[in-house]
Amino acid sequence: MKTRCAWPFVPCLAAAILAAGCARRETPVAAGDREQVLHLGNLSEPKDLDPHQVTGVTEFNILAALLEGLVAEDPADLHPVPGAAERWSVSADGRAYTFFLRADGRWSNGDPVTAADFVFSFRRILSPRLGSPYAYMLYGLTNARAYHRGELDDFARVGAEALDERTLRLTLEAPIPYFLPLLTHPSWFPVHPPTILAAGPIDAVGAKWTAPGRFVGNGPFVLSAWEPGSRITVVKSPTYWDRAAVRLNAIHFYPIGDHQIEENAFRAGQLHVTGTVPIDRLDYYRRAAPELLRLAPYLGTYYYLLNVNRPPLNDVRVRRALALAIDREQLVRRVTRAGEDPAWNFTPPGAGGYAARARLQGDLPTARRLLAEAGFTDGRGFPRLQLLYNTSEGHERIAQAVQQMWKTHLGVDIELVNMEWKVYLAQTQEGKYDLARAGWIADYADPATFLNLWVTGGGNNRAGWSNPEYDRLIAAADRTADPAARFELFQQAEEILMAEAPIIPIYFYRSKSLVRPSVQGWLPNPLDHHPYKQVYLKPAAQP
Amino acid sequence: MLRFVLRRFFETFPVILAAVTLTFFLIRLAPGGPFTDEKSYPEEALRQLHRHYGLDAPLLVQYARYLGQALRGDLGPSLKYPNRTVAEIIAEGFPVSLELGLWALLYAVVIGLAAGLAAALRPQRWTDHAVMAAAMVGICLPSFVLGPLLVLLFALRLPLFNAAGWLTAGDRLLPAVSLGAAYAAYIARLTRGSMLEVLPQDYIRTARAKGVGPLRLLAVHALRNALPPVVSFLGPAAAGLITGSFVVETVFHIPGLGRMFVAAAFNRDYWLLLGLVVFYAALIVLFNTLVDLLLAWLDPRVRTAR
Repeated sequence: MKTRCAWPFVPCLAAAILAAGCARRETPVAAGDREQVLHLGNLSEPKDLDPHQVTGVTEFNILAALLEGLVAEDPADLHPVPGAAERWSVSADGRAYTFFLRADGRWSNGDPVTAADFVFSFRRILSPRLGSPYAYMLYGLTNARAYHRGELDDFARVGAEALDERTLRLTLEAPIPYFLPLLTHPSWFPVHPPTILAAGPIDAVGAKWTAPGRFVGNGPFVLSAWEPGSRITVVKSPTYWDRAAVRLNAIHFYPIGDHQIEENAFRAGQLHVTGTVPIDRLDYYRRAAPELLRLAPYLGTYYYLLNVNRPPLNDVRVRRALALAIDREQLVRRVTRAGEDPAWNFTPPGAGGYAARARLQGDLPTARRLLAEAGFTDGRGFPRLQLLYNTSEGHERIAQAVQQMWKTHLGVDIELVNMEWKVYLAQTQEGKYDLARAGWIADYADPATFLNLWVTGGGNNRAGWSNPEYDRLIAAADRTADPAARFELFQQAEEILMAEAPIIPIYFYRSKSLVRPSVQGWLPNPLDHHPYKQVYLKPAAQP
Repeated sequence: MLRFVLRRFFETFPVILAAVTLTFFLIRLAPGGPFTDEKSYPEEALRQLHRHYGLDAPLLVQYARYLGQALRGDLGPSLKYPNRTVAEIIAEGFPVSLELGLWALLYAVVIGLAAGLAAALRPQRWTDHAVMAAAMVGICLPSFVLGPLLVLLFALRLPLFNAAGWLTAGDRLLPAVSLGAAYAAYIARLTRGSMLEVLPQDYIRTARAKGVGPLRLLAVHALRNALPPVVSFLGPAAAGLITGSFVVETVFHIPGLGRMFVAAAFNRDYWLLLGLVVFYAALIVLFNTLVDLLLAWLDPRVRTAR
């Protein structure tokens, strides 16, 4: 018997592959350009879309399309522009803000956006039982802290009051110079009361109101589809007050966590904008397609934590020696490679116009001298400390470079230890480490978001460091309304921080993304926010 | 037959219970919890969340509560995705993994059988050598190499397919091939081996002497007797294929359960992890039972032995 039965499969399969492939002649990006549909890489699957329950950049990127706070951000420099409120006034003492909501403000179901809706939203995020991770963002309001801690039951005594349907008065415990920018944070976004209450009590955890079809928002887009792990789709809102200005018809958010796979999708014409760029591809894009690569200063600091409760790190001379012996220029040029700025202080430049005066003082000889003074001449007798980081190639490369620098410059040998993300977090939170990698991203553009970290007992002060003078300066800054005097207090605090060095700043972040040329209105800014209503697509001219 | 099925059903319970118990206590040994995050939760918030999800009770109480709930069919909420329940996540992810697995299985069976037959019909000729060499490569090439390679060739170099995603019909092909390749290779080797055993047997010669046509001879007489080894391999293979592959689902950005399973462990999403363990354990037992039944149908000797 002769066989002729197996081989026809091969051409059949090949034909099937070609047929399936050629059927799709247009990439999603090309179709999107034509139809004003933006395809965005958004790094990870959002936990939820409840502005009172989420903390991540991923979620905020989507919420910015669905909801609008009292004020919005200018896409270029993020200064506050009218949002749900068309104007506002501030009392002479800076403690009372009156917001006048616009008459044509509408929820996506057609209901008017009222001052009472905002009061309801603030009450919800401050409800003790809701367990909102960002409730403290509202602590500036009079009595908000007491209400959130359950010490006060009557919300009427909290500084948020609806004077009439469209007038909202917010009263602060003390003036907050960055109050308006703070209002653009999602924790201040309104939620639609009837929708929340239809899903359960005001403080129900995990209420299912955020599904497509139920989500009611007041932003330029409405939630149209949520395909978990695959993509989230929002479409232009027909009820948004400024709908005439919105040019995109839809946005797709893709939660692609693997940077290389996201880049593949970009190259295959599936994404207009990526959430990041793999480090190994930076040089390629610089050389071959610089027009696609967008790198911009970003309000965030990469640093090492020192456990100041463990010898020899309890000795400030040792901490400073380690901090000074890192060649940051080499590190950003050879290892991180996105044009990051080396960090000699903690607060990145441009946080609300603040430029830190503080610097780590000294050079390599100083570092060696400090180490010798601490009793470890040329690193002799220095214990073998462990440097902890979460498992990731980027962190590993930086740690290896730093390990090498400390070995060469100080004769100090450290051990590198990488751990899975949650283990790393648990170890650092419980103070079970010597040195650990860390990063901090601004919640809003003001030095407070960085310097408040290091007050005694602060929830994120994982160095275990405490300095009464530092605490005093930060507390004083909190109460100071005059911007110049307030910044001066921050300057002094940061000088203490750098002199004491419970942390070693290494570099200031840059936002990294790949952006198709057709994307317009996607402007670089230090928070990497891109208000979608100004974004549109301009297809390349056909040849 | 009914007794056999019932016995399998009751044997399954202790297996699933053991899997759940082990998982329940092991994951609690891992440092960090569902709400351990880069920005620490304020203490009050953490306390509220623990109370809400019953994580403040002693571990044994939580265990008893979980078993009670699970027996009533309630797998609880996800801790990472508070607006979704474990059952909803399985209902969303499993059809995706199932579809991917079925395409991969189809590819593996069709290509594997065809290649194995081609090799067996002309043993020690170049067809045979070529097929077996390809099969060896297929077995050795892991999907995390094959997947990116296919993306490079058919999505980036030749822009025929999407590089990632599970949205269009075309998105099914590359992942199915990546996932099914090793299985196809294995099936090809098994088919060839057992065909070579069957083809020289007397009844084949008798059938041919009686004038049975070549196609019928191959399909009805030879293949049916050559199939049992392939079928017993298909059981675990099918279970492995449809429960989802972390690697292939990651490489192609497919929202299946395989990716979810790994993420649940990393996120310390206790209820989701446990729910998936229960689901997987049940699924694998089910598949093995189905294969036993299929084998009994194919081979009467297995039936009488029982």
